[in-house]
Amino acid sequence: MSFVLLRVLRVTSFVLLATAAEAQRPSPLKGGVEFQGDDVKTLQADEFANPGMLWVSKGEAYWKQPKGEARMACGGCHAQGAMKGVGARYPRHDEAIGRVVNLETRINACVTTKQKAPALAWESDELLSLTAYVARQSRGMPIAVSIDGKAKPVFEAGQRLYYQRIGQLHLACTNCHDASWGRTILAEKISQGHPDGWPAYRLEWQALGSLERRLRACFFGVRAEMPAYGSDDFTALELYLAWRAQGLPVSSPGIRR
Amino acid sequence: MLLGRVQIPQSVRRGEAFEVRVLVQHPMETGFRRDMNGRAIPLNVLDHVSCKYGGREVFSAKLGSGIAANPYVAFYVTADTSGPLIVEWSDDKGEKGSFTATVSVAG
Repeated sequence: MSFVLLRVLRVTSFVLLATAAEAQRPSPLKGGVEFQGDDVKTLQADEFANPGMLWVSKGEAYWKQPKGEARMACGGCHAQGAMKGVGARYPRHDEAIGRVVNLETRINACVTTKQKAPALAWESDELLSLTAYVARQSRGMPIAVSIDGKAKPVFEAGQRLYYQRIGQLHLACTNCHDASWGRTILAEKISQGHPDGWPAYRLEWQALGSLERRLRACFFGVRAEMPAYGSDDFTALELYLAWRAQGLPVSSPGIRR
Repeated sequence: MLLGRVQIPQSVRRGEAFEVRVLVQHPMETGFRRDMNGRAIPLNVLDHVSCKYGGREVFSAKLGSGIAANPYVAFYVTADTSGPLIVEWSDDKGEKGSFTATVSVAG
């Protein structure tokens, strides 16, 4: 009897949790570029003129180039087109590394363990190019990350961070990206804060940048301490953001103002 | 070697103008900016783009510091012969790059 009751309770609490989590996602989901002007939308959609594609081209060259002590190229192990869909699944738990990692960290793990080369620096040309090249191959595919099993505590940490008020301005991500998306902050439209177009070419930077660089800009904006590149905080937040954007098509390399 | 991308239509009709699109990766440093320590960042701009087709120069442009990073240039060329179309670019430090596209003229 008590066993049945327990099961009923567990099922109900699960359903309650699930609906609560579902309600926290913006509706309807709108990709990052939808908050940009027409000229930016056109530029992103233009396969040739999109300046982010310069990094994709370079990424392809890096992909084929043998390097490191092992004199191995990425393309030596991974067949042409094998990265299709991979960008849409990250961040995810990686058994070999033993924790949840984003695409950049996963690429760097291959560089150090398989190619036996020194790790690529964050925001370095090579790491950005390789990330953009891999992410590009999932263009149009829906973001689908796993938040079960070993990824669960990381997801929960990311969720906490998302709702945590930080900085001198005492703002949480949710205060802008859930409560006020579509409204303007100075000359900018506030987006829903989805990672669908990253790594993206930001016109302000005049270069391609990673999602973490963009997140650091948000931390800076609310005058909070910026986490270091590759820190656990960022990985957790990226996983939460990817879950939140579940179903949106990957559009990297995106264009942002 | 300065990286760039060039795009032309897959096939063009004789006597018709076709669009050549060029995108070059370059920081286009104006020379007016300063770094975090207050030192001036020296000028470094892509200042020349040219295009050869059918054995002669059909387009050339001088660029300056008023153009944003990763400049995009598009122009029209009239198709007369099938063959290579060579786009070359260089910056003020003498760094160069080029791309050869093959024009195929139908009719």
